[in-house]
Amino acid sequence: MEYERYLSAKVQSLQPSGIRRFFDILNEMKGAISLSVGEPDFQTPWHIRDAGIYSLEKGFTKYTPNAGLSDLRDEISAYLERRFDLQYDPKSELLVTVGGSEAIDLAVRSLINPGDEVLIPEPSFVCYGPIAVMAGGTPVMIPLTAENEFRLSPAQLEAAITPRSKLLVLPFPCNPTGGIMERADLELLAPIIEKHDLMVVSDEIYAELTYGGVHHTSIANLPGMAARTVVVNGMSKCYSMTGWRMGYAAAPAPIIKQMTKLHQYCIMSAPTTSQYAAIEALRRGDDDIEAMKEEYDSRRRYLVSALREQGLDCFDPKGAFYAFPSIRKTGLSSEQFCERFLLEHKIACVPGSAFGPSGEGFIRVCYAASMQNMEVAMDRLGQFLRELGV
Amino acid sequence: MTHLEDRILQLLEQDCSMPHAVLAARCGVDEADIDAAVKKLEDEGIILGYQALVDWEKTHKETVTALIEVNVTPQRDKGFDRIAERIYQFDEVESVYLMSGSFDLTVIISGRTLKEVATFVSERLSIIEGVTGTATHFILKKYKEKHALFVKHEEQTDRIAFV
Repeated sequence: MEYERYLSAKVQSLQPSGIRRFFDILNEMKGAISLSVGEPDFQTPWHIRDAGIYSLEKGFTKYTPNAGLSDLRDEISAYLERRFDLQYDPKSELLVTVGGSEAIDLAVRSLINPGDEVLIPEPSFVCYGPIAVMAGGTPVMIPLTAENEFRLSPAQLEAAITPRSKLLVLPFPCNPTGGIMERADLELLAPIIEKHDLMVVSDEIYAELTYGGVHHTSIANLPGMAARTVVVNGMSKCYSMTGWRMGYAAAPAPIIKQMTKLHQYCIMSAPTTSQYAAIEALRRGDDDIEAMKEEYDSRRRYLVSALREQGLDCFDPKGAFYAFPSIRKTGLSSEQFCERFLLEHKIACVPGSAFGPSGEGFIRVCYAASMQNMEVAMDRLGQFLRELGV
Repeated sequence: MTHLEDRILQLLEQDCSMPHAVLAARCGVDEADIDAAVKKLEDEGIILGYQALVDWEKTHKETVTALIEVNVTPQRDKGFDRIAERIYQFDEVESVYLMSGSFDLTVIISGRTLKEVATFVSERLSIIEGVTGTATHFILKKYKEKHALFVKHEEQTDRIAFV
């Protein structure tokens, strides 16, 4: 059968990841060291895993309410207040989702009408564009630069706005760049957002992971901004719970109401076991966050200094767990660089171009990896760069 | 104790083979600062040594380890310290702790054979003046020590290659 005729034109129009071939090589390769997976190398803390197991022992295996267990929503509300000074009503302004990704999808689908433009700073996580397209919107990419530490400046935002602009995605702290937006940066954006009557989806999945004494500020924390913002967060990165698929959205009640309707139709309710584990994480996991964060911070310092020592320019990433060094001086494209680094030295990093055109000339190196692996990787990077004459 | 010293101790306790250059990068200071801080910690007796964690079970060497509960009569002026000293001076003794609870000292010793350990207890330890009783527990299997797992731990191998 010629399936193209039957498949949705829209879904077929989505570009598959250009680096799929690269990851096919990685999957086949034995003994490669991967600095390409954006997930913590820590196990989920045992008390959290134990809470999940205990819920199974007790037989808590039924659906939960669509929006999530009410105890969990209470804990999320308390957590957002405690850590980020955000106030959300657990009953009407929170929705528990299957990872942060689902929350992003629901938010965009709930806010976008056909033809609406979705402003997406790039390089950034790969899902925003396709989600906007599937929602009938038009992604409008805003290129960010290393010179500006991959922040979104008011001028860049203004330049991208048209009468059709509807929604701004704020992916900070940023995967893949490690860039962050501090309160002062956000304060410059807020008047523009209000002036042009934009809504915001703020993907704050890395909110707990900021370094150098900078505490994450949510745009929803700025005066008037909570009313036009969907905050997306989750347990994956801060509690090392990627496989549990636990995320959530916090937003004004009318938005959460529509998102919950979609969630009800396509998911029903997020996994029950994961929700019980998440309650434990939020109640007793603050110390786990601090311990992991301190460890990431020291690996971050090691990686950035090692990258620079080997001769690559690397801006100081202040968030998430990625460094984003420039490989322009090698003369290779980021995809060529990564493919050769993998084939010739068995180290996997991700080409910056995978995250948008402005990522060309950079590679993403994840430091949520063991020190041993990073040391080997940096040795081989030095070797590779010398072979390339850098 | 400075924050840097505290961080150095944490990192070295995780992996004492970490080169000073790596320590320096991880703490965000110069290598010379690490050299000086480590020297100071060693001089002050805060860092007492650097040892490898060995799983002797995986070698040909036969070894048994016992944890011995010891009851003693504390001595005037010296309390438990004098008897503890008479015990910890033996090379066979790996660790000695003063305990709260139903016995006084925990003594950990290793030997080549069960008999060797038993002989030590009966002929060296029990006869020390002030020792009023012992109970010897042999370690049958080591699961975890100093945060290192001595048993095989399964890893999830089927994972996403890129997120």
